[in-house]
Order: sequence, then structure tokens, then C-alpha cells
Amino acid sequence: MPVLELRGITKTFPGVKANQDIDLTLEKGEIHALLGENGAGKTTLMNILYGLYKPDKGEILINDQKVDIEGPNDAIARGIGMVHQHFMLVPVMTVTENVMLGNETTKSGVFLDREKVAQRIREISDQYGLEVDPNAYIKDLPVGIQQRVEIIKVLYRQADILILDEPTAVLTPQEVDGLFKIIHSLIASGKSLIFITHKLKEVLHIANRITVLRLGQVVGSAIPGEVDEQKLAEMMVGREVNLVVEKKISQPKEVVLKVKDLHVNDERGNPAVNGLNLDVHAGEVVGVAGVQGNGQTELVYALTGLLPLKSGTIHLSGKDIHKATPRQIIEQGVAHVPEDRQKHGLVLSFPLLDNMVLCTYYKSPFARGVNMQEKVIAENGSMLVKQFDVRTPSIFVAASTLSGGNQQKVIVAREFSRPIKLLIASQPTRGLDVGSIEYIHSRIIEKRDEGTAVLVVSSELDEIIALSDRIAVMYRGKIVDILPAGATKEHLGLLMAGVKPEDIPDSAKKKSAGPVEKVF
Amino acid sequence: MMKTKKNPEIDMRTRIIWGVLLIVVGLIVIFLFAMDTQPGQMTKFGLNLSQTNAILIPDLIMPTQATTYLLALVLVAFGAFQLARGVKSTSTLVAVLAFSFVMAFLVWAARDKSFSLVGMLGSSFVRATPIALAALCGVISERAGVTNIGIEGTMLFAAQVSVIVGTLTKNLWIALFAALLTGAVVASLHAFLVIKFKVDQIISGTAVNILGAGVTSFVSSRFLEKNIDALNNSGTFPSISIPILSKIPVLGPVLFENTPIVFLTILLVAVLHVVLFYTPWGLRTRAVGEHPKAADTLGVNVYLMRYINVILGGMFAGLGGAYFTIGSVGRFDEVMTAGKGFIGLAAMIFGKWTPIGAYTSSLIFGFADSLQVKLQILQVGIPPEFLLMAPYIVTMIVLTGVVGKAVAPAADGQPYEK
Repeated sequence: MPVLELRGITKTFPGVKANQDIDLTLEKGEIHALLGENGAGKTTLMNILYGLYKPDKGEILINDQKVDIEGPNDAIARGIGMVHQHFMLVPVMTVTENVMLGNETTKSGVFLDREKVAQRIREISDQYGLEVDPNAYIKDLPVGIQQRVEIIKVLYRQADILILDEPTAVLTPQEVDGLFKIIHSLIASGKSLIFITHKLKEVLHIANRITVLRLGQVVGSAIPGEVDEQKLAEMMVGREVNLVVEKKISQPKEVVLKVKDLHVNDERGNPAVNGLNLDVHAGEVVGVAGVQGNGQTELVYALTGLLPLKSGTIHLSGKDIHKATPRQIIEQGVAHVPEDRQKHGLVLSFPLLDNMVLCTYYKSPFARGVNMQEKVIAENGSMLVKQFDVRTPSIFVAASTLSGGNQQKVIVAREFSRPIKLLIASQPTRGLDVGSIEYIHSRIIEKRDEGTAVLVVSSELDEIIALSDRIAVMYRGKIVDILPAGATKEHLGLLMAGVKPEDIPDSAKKKSAGPVEKVF
Repeated sequence: MMKTKKNPEIDMRTRIIWGVLLIVVGLIVIFLFAMDTQPGQMTKFGLNLSQTNAILIPDLIMPTQATTYLLALVLVAFGAFQLARGVKSTSTLVAVLAFSFVMAFLVWAARDKSFSLVGMLGSSFVRATPIALAALCGVISERAGVTNIGIEGTMLFAAQVSVIVGTLTKNLWIALFAALLTGAVVASLHAFLVIKFKVDQIISGTAVNILGAGVTSFVSSRFLEKNIDALNNSGTFPSISIPILSKIPVLGPVLFENTPIVFLTILLVAVLHVVLFYTPWGLRTRAVGEHPKAADTLGVNVYLMRYINVILGGMFAGLGGAYFTIGSVGRFDEVMTAGKGFIGLAAMIFGKWTPIGAYTSSLIFGFADSLQVKLQILQVGIPPEFLLMAPYIVTMIVLTGVVGKAVAPAADGQPYEK
């Protein structure tokens, strides 16, 4: 008997069929993965189950009983708990306060009983290995621990069915391992789990059963062991997908970017980059690997003129740009795909056509004197949307209405469509689905082959390995070592953790057989 | 995540700035006040009110010149110590600076005269009351995520309604109830516009202010002025003396002999503090103002929480409006709130969106206001127009400099969409 059954769930938003006749069952003690690209309707389906949306059609059965879920309260009462992709935690409140919110325990019926709730949190922590300090403030906790708080919130409400929406999207590899351990202990205690993701490796690793969604419909289901990544990717995207970045050996030419003894303070005034040296040649991809927070962000900000240098020099094709403004740097032929695409990459409330000319709007042919040439800008927008395969109803819609993958394509279209010497791409595929990752990777390699110098900063080691011709490992604001393309993950991992290059054992440097592979 | 370490460079700089500031103010005290006094002059600070329950104590009489020089010395010494060693707490520095300067100023201004210190402190509490009520209205609305800048207009409505009801019914408690009701009605209009229709909250608040000033002025000039005895003469709440406590010298007359609205305000501050930080209601209110979506996913009704809190806030503003008429003068004058609603918002920010903080900062504004009045009586040679500016200048200084980084509730002013 399944603990949960969805029958014929249909939900239409204006213009979009988000869910179409979806059937899904969840057995007790099962990890059921819901796989699909961004926009395939996974989150909509789960929001229906959690009572945040009302379905147009279809029914929900819990333990073979038909139920109506009118809102989160109903869902919680029926033992459904959801860990949202974007955490639903109040940063300025403590763990205890966040856990009890909406379901408070009181002393004498009036006052919050924080101590009792903290005690209960400690019990849950011990039972499932979810270590967390109940009195810590959320804003002081790393993302991995915040996720634990979300899981504790669900368990505190005694949920038996847990929905995890893209739980690994924001985690480091070590945190992902920790999460998987927690998931196993949840299953061992009789909980059932729906695991939403678009990452193929994870699905094969942890799920008991996989259901694949595409464009709001179930396109198939599978059991790990009977399918491989390639097959799943094809089901997800609906066509053949190339999981390996195909590239020729690089042909590096002259030095384009030369950074010497760079020191940069972060926005709070603390040193972030401490004496960094780096060369990037035309026609090669240099990947900067490192655990987040080792100065990568500040390095990119300094290179693109967003943060002032404390000392050191930056030369672009021999020209000193260490005091240049962002516009001067852009005009020198530097393209920037920023880490935070919504904050630094786009003006979200502007339509696509305007976002496409953010670097060039003041120049001919887009402007004549003080007049914007709206027709030229619109033509340019239409052309780029077609050329870069941006999926949008029109070039006049605001950038905020697009999915993450398409937003990133807009940025790539803008930055790649003008003549550039140096491309700086920071976390270029964070949060994107297979199809978009494939696309953006191939575009980056294309630029390299045209003779552009490329600097890729990413916290995804697989991405660095897949793209780079040389890999620079950054640790505490310095490049500790530069390795050739064939370096092993283990070798890189040790350097990223702060092990000195001379202390790396030879066993870690040996390359395992097989092609370089990407993880989704 | 690593805790951010204090930056030594910034620390050093603030240390030097504070040290120099203290010394400069010390020198100003010497040049402006101390050197303007004669050796034989005396300053008398009255510590008793003329009609009082409190036990009488002798007034404070001090030699003007010696006292001003002493206070200047304190400032300079503190500044020098700050430069050499550094004092940890900025609030100590602010307190030393403000106390020494204000005392020196008063000692100088009241030389050869008598100045009622108790009277001034007492009227600080009274004058702080409408500001505090406006601030509490702001605190409870903004904690729930709704900006309400329409407090000024709400107070005007309530002030007028309460005086008319009071005059007609000859019952001040009914008038007070009418003021609360008016505040609630005006706030529900604002709440309805911004929560249901997601009208820009600043625009809605501004509309309430304009409406308040316009309607009350119209009613006042059209009806009230012609029928003063029939409509605009309610009388005021009598002062209540709390037994025993009001007999304490200084403290008694300042704190324990006041009108009901002043006592009610202090009570509300305490209650609101407990409610906001120690009850489920407060937890939900703050959650709704910080991260409404999180509250929603846990089954908290975001819209309902916002409605109720904004309306409660409106009732605080209504009480503040009642202070102006039935709480102090017994009649309505056009735009008699004189910006107290906006000063209340400043007090809310200065008090970091907490009831106690908001009340403390209201006291500072009330102090500036009552100081200004007393100084006019003393005739210190500063034009009264400048003295009238004092509360507003204090507002600006506080908002630009002293307040530092106050963080508003994260979802403050943003409509919630499911």
C-alpha cells in the first residue's frame, strides 16, 4: 500500500500547463526521485501536494484515503513536510524560534517556551544525526546547517512524508555526503521521501525509484541500475544530450591577462586576495578552483573594476587597467558573466532587448547622440534571442520572468556577441539544468577556439575539470598551484583544502582511466 | 561561518574621532559658556514643583563659573583618555558628551536665575508621550512588514474626533474610546489599500496624511471655530497621583503625577515588549515582517497578521491623537500634531524597531522639546524661532549620525504575494 498517491494532477497557469495528468506513488520507506529540467513542473507538483497551490484536476490519497489539502496547515496535519529549495528560514531569528514558528509551545498558555522546544530539537538532532545548536541565529549558520534546520522543522511537526526540493543545489560536496547520511537515517526510521533534483548522478546514487518529468508531464520512470546517466538525460531533455565537453587541445598564444602580486580587500575591509599572480593566454581556458570564500569573488570583482585594488597590477594585453572603471574595462574587450546573475548580470525589471545592450547602449548603432535607436535595439534583441536560443515569449518581457537557464543565456548572448579579448565567467552554470549547462559549456569552448582568453571560476570541481586547459587552485587569497588539464580530483581537492603542493602524495596525482565526465 | 573580526584600522579611527570630538566640545563649553560667567554668579535649579504632593527638598544651588569649568574639564579629560586608551562603549561616550554639554549649557543659561529642573523633566515625559505612541504604531506595523507613514494624519483624525465626542458626551473615557476607534478605522483603510490591493505603502501613507490634515482643518474652520462651546471644548483628563510613589522628591512629580494617557503609554511599552518577544503572537508578527513566505509555509496567515497589527498600531496612533486634545489642552487646533507623527517614526528607527528603544528615543525628543520651551521662558538670547527647531534638529542629528546601522525588518514595506 503506498503512503501517498497522486492521481491525474493537472494545474494550468495563465499560458502554461505546469502539470498535466500526473500520476505518482510513494511507498513506505522509499526514496522516490522526481527528475526534470528547470520548469518541468516538479516544484509546482510538490507545492500542490503541500497545499500552496490548488490543482485544477486530480486527487491526492494518503494511506489510501482521499484528502483535500487546502493549505500548508492541512499538509502538516497529514504528515507531509517540505524542505523548500530556497530555505524558508528567518535569518534574524534563532534555530529554536524558526522551528517552533506556527506551532509554538507555551508556558501557562501565553509565553513562548523556548527551553522546551530547544530540548525537543536536541532530541531530534540526536535521533537523526542532525547536529545543530538550537540557540544559534540562522544568519550565522552555513547553508548546510541551515538545511538541517529545515529538516528539523519538518520532523518537529512529525512528518512521515518528506519532500526535499533540490536539496543539493546549494551544498558543497562534503555537505551533500552529510545530507545523504541523514536521508538514510530518516528512511531507516520509517519515513518516506520525495527527492526533487535535476542532477543525474545523485539520483542514481540515492533513489529507489525515479520518475522523470518533462514540460509538465510524466515521460517515464526508471529504477537505478537499469538506466544510466545518458539515458536519464535524454528522457529529461527529450533529445540526445552530450554529457562530455568535446574540445580540441588548446593552442595558447600571447598573454592577455597578467595579474601581479594582487591584494584586494573584501567589502567589509578584510583582506581577501593576498598577493595573487596569474597569467591567462589567448586561446586557453584557465579554471580557478577553490572552496567558496577563498577570495575568488573578490578576484573577479577586482578584475572587472567592481572592487578597488589595495596593491598590485593588472595588465590587459600590456595595458595597465588597475585603476580603470568597469566601463573602461568593458571597452577594452573584457566580458563578464557574473556570479550573481540576478544582481550583477541583469536589470531584472528591464525587458530582454534592453538587457541585451547594457554594455553598448550608448554607442553607435544603438544610440545616436542622446537618442536611443529603439528599432536597432529591438532588431539586435531578436537576433540574439534566436542566435543564443533564449526561450522567451517575446523580447519585450522583463528579464525576471525567465527561468535561470534562460536568464544566463541572455547574459551570455550580450557578453559573447561583442568583440572580446578576455572572458571572465564566474559560476557560469550554477543552478542550471542539463540542457543549459551543455549549451553554455560549448559556447565557452567556442570562444576559446576563436582565440579569446577565458577565466572560469567555479565551485563545481567537475565543471572546472571539464572546461579548463590549466587549473589554478585558490586558497586563502593566493593561487597555491597551477595544474595541467589532466589533474585528478583528489589532487585538486587536497590543494583546495590547504595541503601544500610539496606535501601531496604521488598516489593522489595519478589519473584514473576514462574520459573526463561532467556531473549534473 | 567565520565571525567577522573587528577591523583595527576602523577602530583606531573612531577612537580618534571621538577623542577629538570630546575635546572640541569641552573647548566650546569653555569659550561659549564658562568665559561668559562671573565669579560670583550662582545658578539655582528648582527641584520642587509649586503645587506638589512630593516631600519638599532644598533646591540645587551651584556656582556658575566653577560648574561650567568643571564640566568642560570632564569633557576634555574624557577626550584625552579616549585618545590615549580608548573607551569600549560608544554609548558611554555619547552619554558623557550629551550630559556634560547640556548641563553646562543649562548652568550658563540659568545664571543668576532659577530654573525648574523638575518641571522640565516632567514635561519631557509628557511631551514624549505622543511621539512614543506614534513610534509604537510604527513598531508594531513595521514589525509585521507594513510601513505606515500615515501616523501624523491618523493622529489628527483621532485628536479631532475625540474632542468632538468628548464635548458632546461630556465623558472623556467615551472620547478616548472614540479616538482608539478612529485610529483603527483610518489604519484599516491603509491596511486594506496596501495589503489587499498592494498599493504602494508610502503613497497610501502620504494620502492618509494629506487627508488627515485636509479634512480636520476643514471641519475645524467650518464647524469647530464657530461652535467652540458646543463642539470644541471637551476639558482634559485630570492628573492622577499614584499614592506614596508620588511623594518621592524629584521622581514623584516627574513620573508618578501624570495624566492617564502618559501612564497608559508606559504600560503599553512594557506590554508590547513582552508580546513581541515572548509570545507566539509576537514571534509570528516578527516572522511575517522578516520572511512572510516562511511564515506562510508553516501555516501562519500572513494577511491576517498584517491586518491585525496595522489596526492595533492605528489604535496606538489614535491614543496619541487623543493626547493632543483630551490629554492636554481640551480643544482642537488645525495641524496641532506639528510633525510628532514623523518624529515618532524617527524614534522608531533610532530605537531599532523595539518598543523600549522607541520609548527611550521618544524621551530624548521630548526632552529637546521641553528644553526649548523652558529656554524661551529664560530668555537666553537665542531667537525663539531657533529654539523651536530644537526637536527637529535633534531628529536630524540622530537619524544621520548617532543611530548607526539600524536594520529594518527585512520584508518591511513589501506587499506579500503568494
